[in-house]
Amino acid sequence: MATVELRNLRKTYLHEEIIKGVSLVIAEREFIVFVGPSGCGKSTLLRMIAGLEDISAGDLLIDGQRVNDTEPARRGLAMVFQSYALYPHMNVYRNMEFSLRLAGMPEAERRQRIGDVARILQLDPYLDHKPGQLSGGQRQRVAIGRAIVRNPRVFLFDEPLSNLDAALRGQMRVELASLHRRLGATTIYVTHDQVEAMTMADRIVVLNKGVVEQIGTPLELYHRPRNLFVARFMGSPPMNLLPVTINAQIPEGSVQVRTETLSVSIPTQQTGLEAGAPATLGIRPEHIRIDPQGAVQGVIEISERLGAVTLLHVRLPDGQMIVVQTGGDNADRADTPIRMTFEEEHCHLFDADGMALARSTDHPLLAGA
Amino acid sequence: MDKVAVHTSVMARPAASAARSRRLQGFVLQSPAIVLLLVWSVVPLLMTLWYSVRNYNLVDPTQQGFAGINNYWYLLTDPDFMTSLENTAILVGGVLAISVGLGTLLAVLYNEEFAGRGIARILVISPFFIMPTVAALLWKNLMLHPIYGVYSAMMRAVGLTPVDWLSRYPLATLVMIVAWEWLPFAVLILLTAIQSLDTEQKEAARMDGAGMVAQFINITLPHLSRAITVVIMIETIFLLTVFAEISVTTAGGPGVASTNLAFLIYSRALLQFDVGGASAGGVVAIVVANVVAAFLLRAVARNLET
Ligand SMILES: Nc1ncnc2c1ncn2[C@@H]1O[C@H](COP(=O)(O)OP(=O)(O)OP(=O)(O)O)[C@@H](O)[C@H]1O
Ligand SMILES: [Mg+2]
Repeated sequence: MATVELRNLRKTYLHEEIIKGVSLVIAEREFIVFVGPSGCGKSTLLRMIAGLEDISAGDLLIDGQRVNDTEPARRGLAMVFQSYALYPHMNVYRNMEFSLRLAGMPEAERRQRIGDVARILQLDPYLDHKPGQLSGGQRQRVAIGRAIVRNPRVFLFDEPLSNLDAALRGQMRVELASLHRRLGATTIYVTHDQVEAMTMADRIVVLNKGVVEQIGTPLELYHRPRNLFVARFMGSPPMNLLPVTINAQIPEGSVQVRTETLSVSIPTQQTGLEAGAPATLGIRPEHIRIDPQGAVQGVIEISERLGAVTLLHVRLPDGQMIVVQTGGDNADRADTPIRMTFEEEHCHLFDADGMALARSTDHPLLAGA
Repeated sequence: MDKVAVHTSVMARPAASAARSRRLQGFVLQSPAIVLLLVWSVVPLLMTLWYSVRNYNLVDPTQQGFAGINNYWYLLTDPDFMTSLENTAILVGGVLAISVGLGTLLAVLYNEEFAGRGIARILVISPFFIMPTVAALLWKNLMLHPIYGVYSAMMRAVGLTPVDWLSRYPLATLVMIVAWEWLPFAVLILLTAIQSLDTEQKEAARMDGAGMVAQFINITLPHLSRAITVVIMIETIFLLTVFAEISVTTAGGPGVASTNLAFLIYSRALLQFDVGGASAGGVVAIVVANVVAAFLLRAVARNLET
């Protein structure tokens, strides 16, 4: 098991800088997830760690040793590709054996190891099959098996589940998580699936255009996004964001903001924001309560019933749309007026530059983090 | 119950006759093509078979008669025939080895990024557009001619005595010329095949610790195996009947040193005017081609199924 350290890594293709200085320290046995919109450089960063792309600038350290110029195979990593990249003309056994054979491992030991891995991944019945004869989930398992047999110090995954259907993805997610618990290998995992990121990660790295926006545990990112980008990116349905102005009176320990039609006071630390300054109010759909005595009013435009929950798309008097999440038994219909309350302790405030203002209270789940 | 039975019997009769008239219609529409094909291939075949059992020499066409298996007997016991079979095999095998071997390496090379790759690709493909007669003449007179040839000039320049390639090593030189003509085809097919190789597979192999050579043997070659089979099959079909190059350069000589089966038949028929003997040779050529084709098709069929 190993630590991985990225020191100001940069990647330039021709003239364009794709990775603009990423620094990160990954602890032993940690499960790190890279997320970010398409084209933000997740795969590039992973491939730089793997050694498949040259590092333009910065240092990559594995177990404290600089490996910038080390061949991929000598870095002690194993990678699972999005397309699985199994060798189509070799059967499952040979696919897993390939790296061991190249490393000159004796036949008996190879057989032993592959047998063990095949048992863990329930691949025993398929050792003679060619990849073309396997289902998507089985191929996925072979790709993982091929990575495991080498006993790597670090696992790299590039969107390994994105080719599977929803049910299988859920199943493989659980399998991967339990495999990680069992092997305890340091893992770097690229995905753009929120659920995968939230459920599997010890820490999530949010990338945007080659820059790290925030690094933190899943709940930190969810409850304390550092800026507007992370706030928008994490969570589904996404956080409601409303342009507001800072109110004239700023009481102790909180900031009062308002629009033409609503006024909310948000618990934040002293900010130095002037009255009348523009800001953005953020509140997640599940933190808006339907409340006949509520101060905020609006008209329901659409209600989406997902069964367990209902999403109400509400138009505020000033024309803004917000999404409100309520229980699945909500009976409100479209075109009816409703009143709501914003749960103030769950409101986020972002300044004009999109940076979150520090809160004066800690989230109960994040205490001590 | 009744109703259903009546229904089906009423339906069945017109359906059957409709199907019959459809089939007839189809046949009528197809017949021009089929008849043309029959006339084109079956008539010459039958005539060849017919002449191969006749005494028929154009030197004295009045001397005709049934020859039985004599034409075949003379052919099969003729030492020239065995030589021509050998030469055919050497020509086909040699050209295949060079064009596929070198073609694979060039395809791998031209798949890599390097400056001027586009031009290099066009250059390597271009011999394909030169017709065989011209290509052979080009080599004979421009490149290999002992007095005017480029190679001879080069050899003289370093103080060596030029070699008269076509008379000293006629068959080897022919193999070289024909391989030069067919190399572009192999490169073209193999290059397109190699471009469909998933780069992630090579990257996976790299992460598994495979160097350049191991990647080539374990990933690239297996990926190319189908394309290579196709190249071998198509080239074999054409190489069995190489004629223009021989006719233009060595005329099968010296002696029969560079005579293949196709050229032997030609020389029997049109140099010795022995129609009967040439037809027997033609029949043998058909048999040889079919035997080779049968082997190839089986090999290909095995290779094409995953
Ligand atoms: N070989 C290359 N040459 C030039 N630009 C490249 C190359 N490879 C990737 N890029 C660019 O780098 C950027 C990041 O690509 P990358 O594949 O890392 O994105 P990603 O975050 O993995 O996206 P996705 O979620 O769609 O997989 C893209 O804008 C892409 O155009
Ligand atoms: Mg990617």
